[in-house]
Order: sequence, then C-alpha cells, then structure tokens
Amino acid sequence: MATVALPATTMRDPAWRERVLWTIAAVVLLLPLGWLAEFNPATLWSAASLSATRQFLATFFPPKLDAEFLQLVAIATWKTVAIATVGTTLAVLIAVPLALVANRQLSISAFASGRMCALCMAARASVRTFMILLRSIPEIVWALLFVRAVGLGDTAGVIAIALTYGGMLGKVYTEIFESNETQGTRALLGNGASRTQAFFYGMLPVCLPELMSYTIYRWECAIRASVVMGFVGAGGLGQQMELSMKMLAGGEVLTMLAVFVALVWVADAVSWFLRRWLA
Amino acid sequence: MKRDRMDSRTSAYPLSGIELNATALERVDVSYTDKATALADVSLTLPPEEQVAIIGPSGAGKTTLLATLACGLKPSRGGVVVLGRDPWALPAAELHRLRGELFLAPQAPPLPPRQRVVNAVLAGRLPQWTAWTALSSLVRPRDLTAAHEALARFKLEDKLFLRCDRLSGGERQRVALARLLVSNARLLLLDEPVSSLDPNLAGVALDTLQEEARERGATLVVSLHAVDLAMARFPRLIGLQAGRVLFDLPRSEVSNELLADLYGAELGMSFQSPPTVEEAQMKLTRCL
Repeated sequence: MATVALPATTMRDPAWRERVLWTIAAVVLLLPLGWLAEFNPATLWSAASLSATRQFLATFFPPKLDAEFLQLVAIATWKTVAIATVGTTLAVLIAVPLALVANRQLSISAFASGRMCALCMAARASVRTFMILLRSIPEIVWALLFVRAVGLGDTAGVIAIALTYGGMLGKVYTEIFESNETQGTRALLGNGASRTQAFFYGMLPVCLPELMSYTIYRWECAIRASVVMGFVGAGGLGQQMELSMKMLAGGEVLTMLAVFVALVWVADAVSWFLRRWLA
Repeated sequence: MKRDRMDSRTSAYPLSGIELNATALERVDVSYTDKATALADVSLTLPPEEQVAIIGPSGAGKTTLLATLACGLKPSRGGVVVLGRDPWALPAAELHRLRGELFLAPQAPPLPPRQRVVNAVLAGRLPQWTAWTALSSLVRPRDLTAAHEALARFKLEDKLFLRCDRLSGGERQRVALARLLVSNARLLLLDEPVSSLDPNLAGVALDTLQEEARERGATLVVSLHAVDLAMARFPRLIGLQAGRVLFDLPRSEVSNELLADLYGAELGMSFQSPPTVEEAQMKLTRCL
C-alpha cells in the first residue's frame, strides 16, 4: 500500500486533545454532584427499607376491579386525558408564536450580514426570558397558585400545564427550528418571501415530524403531570389516587397505575403512527 | 498602491452611467467572518436582458458572486447596484422587496423533503402573495395551471402531486428551476443549474431558462462548471479565479489559452500553498 508522506504535524487530529480535556472535565464535575445528592444505592437493600417496601407493595394485590370503582376510574381517566390534552393544546398555541419570534433562522435583518438589528435582538432576548420564566416555575406550583385563584378542579390543572409546557415547548421548538436544515428557508427568504411564508414553505415541512413527536411526548408528560397536580386538588386521576393512598387502598392504586401504563402506551402508539404517516 | 487609493475614496461609489434596471458591481470585496477573502476587486455591469455565464475552478467565488448579486451578502468594500438600486442604502423593508424581484437558485435544490412538488413550485409566487394566500395555498393550491405549465416545460408535469423526497436528484433540480418560472423575477441568478442533469436534459433546461429570460426581459447570470455548455450558449463569459475576475469577454474572444490559464493556474497555486496546521485549527469548531 502506498502511503503519502505527510509532515508529522498534519497527522495529529487537532480535535483529539480538546475531546480528552472535555471528557476529564465532565467526570471531575459530575462525581462531586453524585456525593452532594447523597446518592447511595446500598440503602435500597437494607433490611428496614426492604420490609417497608414489601409491606406497602403487599397491599397492592389484588387490584380493585369492581364495576363501581372502575366507573369512577373511567371518569377520572377521562378528566385526566382532557386536562392533559387541553393543557397541551393551549401550550402549543403559546409556544408556536414564541418560537417563531425567538429563532434566528427567520431573521430578515440578519439574513445578509449575520447581525441582527438591535430591536430584533431585544425582542428575541425578551421572548427567551419569558419562556424561561414560564417553564422555570414547576407546573405543581402554578397548580397550587391557580387552585387558590379559581378553586379546586380541572381548570387549575389546565392552566398550569398550558403555562409550564408553553415555555418548554417554545424552547424546544426554537431549538428544533435552529438545528434542522435551513437551506430551504434561506432560499425563500433570499428570494423575498416573508417570515411567515418562509416558515410555512421552508421550515415547517422539514421540522414537522420532530415537532410532532416531541409534542406528543409532552402530552404524555402532561398526563403524568396532571396526576401529580391531582394530589394538590387540580382534578383527575391524581385526586382519586391521593384518596386511595390516604386510605392505604393499594388495590385501587394498582388499578390506576395500570391505567397510566395504558395511557402512555397509547401516546407511544399515536406518536409511532403519526411519524410513520409523515415519514 | 491600489489599496491606498481605494481607502481614500469616499464610501459613496458613484457607479455613474448605469442603465435603468441594470445590475452592477464596482470594485467589490467580500470576505467571510473567518477573514478568508472570497471576492477581491470585482467589477462588472449587467444590462437588462444580458445573458452571462460565470466559469472558473472550484472555490473561485462563483457562488459568493451570485449571493452578492442577490443581496444575500454585504460586501466589505465596493458598490452594488441591483436592478438600478443600491440595496445597502435601502431601508430593510425596501431591500426585502427588492429580493422579491430577483431569483437565486442555489446549487443544491432547496426543497424540503416532505413538501409536495406543487407547493415547492408555487413557492416562487410567495413574494407576490399575502401570508393568507400563501397559507391557503398549502391547503388548496392556488394556481395549479401555472405550476403544471412550469413543470411541463421541464418535462415533469406528471410529478405535480408527488413529494419532493420521491424525486431523483435531477428531478429535484428541475423542480427548483420550475419555481423560477412561476416567479416574476427580473434578475435570474442560477448556481450550477444543470449540474445533476444529463447532457440532453441540461441543454433543454438551459434553452427553457434562456428563452424565459428573453421573454421577460430579465438579466440571466448562470454559473457553470461545464465550459462547453457556457461557450455554446452564452454570448458573454466571465472567468473567475481566486475571487478575482480573470476575464469578462464576449464568447468570440475567449481563447483556449485563456481557459487553460483559468483552470490551470489555480491548480498550480493550490500546490504551492496548502493551509498550515494553525489555519486548519483556527477553522475547527465543535465537530464529531
């Protein structure tokens, strides 16, 4: 095999040293975090925790399946799905305009120079800050707030999900727009299309599957979140589960957990189906 | 020195004697953020209805030149006139309206994979459409006849309702050109428009584009790596080399020696100065 004689310096991958340094830095930074969190898997297997776990789990069997309870669960499930769906839909309505303003790819002022006008930059920065505000307050805190404001029930849960998830979706949508192929979008902007037009004709067709699957995943998260918020009185399965937990009715809890598994499975199936349809 | 004389000039480049609606560059330098100079001291004038081919070795600056003419790159120095106006003196909204009067077809067809051909073609109408018209056309295509006719001129009318990712490379390239036909641009800038087409189709496609440009009285600037095509079809050729205009001549005056010079010298130069390791490292960003 013929080898080309290269100077020794060009044979060194210039990225190599940087990679080693960053790996070492990551390990050095992450290990102390593990100690700080007092993460010690051994405590899981101590005699005391094992017997406590066993006793709690023993109450789970058999699951409660009588008609009256199932009907109750069905209504609560329906409420949970409704809270998650309405909440996520509102979140999408909040996130899309925010992401449209926040992403740099649709900037007409930065199109030729790469530099954005000061006003546009300020608008983007304030939208990003607004999204950080929305999502840095956990949905359970929003829920507690709105339970006070609008009373016990589903509305508080819907608003809580809409706000927190609006911030999360907005951030991730922005990043999806920025990380995907932008050639089509740039070509349209360069030939005089407006931001909105370039979005619908250049950006959306490229990003749609990713947006779709992330949004459905968020809907799945919203179902879990609405359960947690049920514990503070924001309606749905969570409220029901809290009652069962308080009464130590493990059988009821198990039935409801089975419903969760089914809901997540449905979300997964919907996502798979939609992505195959779009592929 | 030449440079000093340019520095002493005021920033207003007169570009006097420019015909109405003409496009021109005067002593334009373009450099990218990593300091590499892409165009140096480029001057040229394109009257309306002119048809020009840009030839030159890879990396000579053909794409940069087209982007500069398309108001997509702001030169670091020099004067630009696009369709009779100075784009960089215009307010942002006016500049964007001016972009709507030109059409730049990038070398890689900019078609989103999941978009239907009909929408990809009708996207050429966007500058004339309101946001609402554009949106409603995604639901129910606004001007099917125009899209069909444009595709038919490139023998693609049967692909109207297919998705772009179902097309071959050559078909995608022609769909991108069909978009030009539904636009009403008066400055047509095409970057290697027939690079994925077989010789026969390439000829048909160039015929269509040149005929269309003549019909609308538009300026046509085409970069080509196939010198024979450029020589056979374009009355005027511009030879770019290392960001400079080596020649800008009528076809009859472009000699074989000139062409050998255009492609040969670059080859010699690239052997003389390979990038040093330091230069390569400076350009290195996070990469996997």
